Amino acid sequence: MQSVLAPIDIQRVRQDFPILDQMVNGKQLVYFDNAATNQKPIPVLNALAHYYEHDNANIHRGIHTLAERATQDFEASRQKIKSFLNAEHIEEVIFTYGTTDGINLVAQSYGRKFLNAGDEIIISTLEHHSNIVPWQMLCEERGCVLRIIPIDNNGDLLLDEYEKLLSERTKLVACVHVSNALGTINPIKTIIDMAHRVGAVVLVDGAQASSHIELDVQAMDCDFYVLSAHKLYGPTGMGVLYGKRDILNAMPPYRGGGEMIKEVTFEKTTYNDLPYKFEAGTPNIADVVAVRTALEYMESLGKENIAQHEHELLLYATEQLSDIRGLRIVGQAKEKIGVVSFVLDGIHHQDTGVILDQLGIAVRTGHHCTQPLMSRLGLAGTTRASFAVYNTKDEIDRLVQGVLRVQKMMA
Amino acid sequence: MTINEKQDEIIEEFDLFDDQLDKTQYIIDLGKKLPPMPEKYVTDENRIMGCQSKVWLGAEPKDDAIHFYGDAEPTAQISKGLISLLIRVLQDQKPEDIANADLYFIDRVGMGSLVTSRRAGGLAAMVQRMKEHGRQHA
Repeated sequence: MQSVLAPIDIQRVRQDFPILDQMVNGKQLVYFDNAATNQKPIPVLNALAHYYEHDNANIHRGIHTLAERATQDFEASRQKIKSFLNAEHIEEVIFTYGTTDGINLVAQSYGRKFLNAGDEIIISTLEHHSNIVPWQMLCEERGCVLRIIPIDNNGDLLLDEYEKLLSERTKLVACVHVSNALGTINPIKTIIDMAHRVGAVVLVDGAQASSHIELDVQAMDCDFYVLSAHKLYGPTGMGVLYGKRDILNAMPPYRGGGEMIKEVTFEKTTYNDLPYKFEAGTPNIADVVAVRTALEYMESLGKENIAQHEHELLLYATEQLSDIRGLRIVGQAKEKIGVVSFVLDGIHHQDTGVILDQLGIAVRTGHHCTQPLMSRLGLAGTTRASFAVYNTKDEIDRLVQGVLRVQKMMA
Repeated sequence: MTINEKQDEIIEEFDLFDDQLDKTQYIIDLGKKLPPMPEKYVTDENRIMGCQSKVWLGAEPKDDAIHFYGDAEPTAQISKGLISLLIRVLQDQKPEDIANADLYFIDRVGMGSLVTSRRAGGLAAMVQRMKEHGRQHA
């Protein structure tokens, strides 16, 4: 299916997401927690049911018809993701359990083989804990040093400072494409090019970017790109690690087990080729199959159309919320996706979240798994509203009214 | 009054409100009235970890009972209100009764998810700490 640049009929789109049509605490649900996970359209739900009703079998080694069908469906998803990312080779697409799993794979496999004492890893202040802790664990084990790219008060990375951190000691840069807490879109191509100039490899955490931004790993020239299906209107527990073929080939397996071997004897095991050498055990077949449907669904709407709609929601929400006295938007980066984080004077974000929930509005409150970022901003947490294709301006009006209600109740 | 009599009294008060938001408003108002905790109890040891807001709980054995002091950071009004209710129910009760208390009033005032959901950084740890004090002195 090809993208078509045309306004999306949001009311029709909403019919594809039955979960949205429900009352929560006696009020029509407004779902603004999309950065945590977005909802799944009927075609994805049907794909999951269809797989289990008709095609369920273990893949790759079965001789029977169902095993063949399941294998074909599974591998068709790999092909689909290759196109989605514009990867050069099919074997560069590794299925994982999610973004966190992909980062851990790279840290444990690439990191343990190629990084040594004194080598430096650069991450940014904007990182989610999942792109901090695996590197800290590696540093602890291998004696590497973690360096942090600072941000300005708007939530933009300070590239001049990044430049100063880069040296021949820099072996790996792990950077988020889009901040989950603030919505900042990082200049990822520049970040990658700067790292490559000193010979470092680059991992990009694409968890938040993948449903909002057109991806092209070849144009980006990243060495690794990781994402989660559940932020792409797909199922939970399934993700992707993209890696350049030569690099993946040089990396040792991360987990041992079935599927990732060529031959096993008690004396010696030889490992399978890419991508299977990193896919030990029975994979998450049904969810891998269903992610293809999720990507087709996004294509049917047009990713540019989705991005355009979400951008309009961002502008509208920013304008409407900015008018509320005592509300401060946290994160005013030059380029943002549809995420608005805010704090209310004298009101705890937890109380804001509880009252908004009672008004049927689902937002996220707290540190958003970015405690170092919150610490840099001098905050314990924020309230975050994040938008997806099915959200509307009317829902943002509900949020604005909700915030005013919170302020009134707390006065 | 026993723990359950106090819980029933609270449930009766909350039954006056039909709307959950009115119940929440009542909790917020209770939070505003929570007396400040004596400074000596505001310690790291008494800090309850796991809540989204900063919460402290102090306890002193008093005769055959336990006397509690609790507080939350100034902006966390709902937490303060819930602390106020928890203290009201368990204040000066026998340690074994505190340890074994079934705090059914929490659901009835509409705050079950806030108190029991660890993931949401709820006040479950506060209830646990109160019961631990009960077990320690039982």
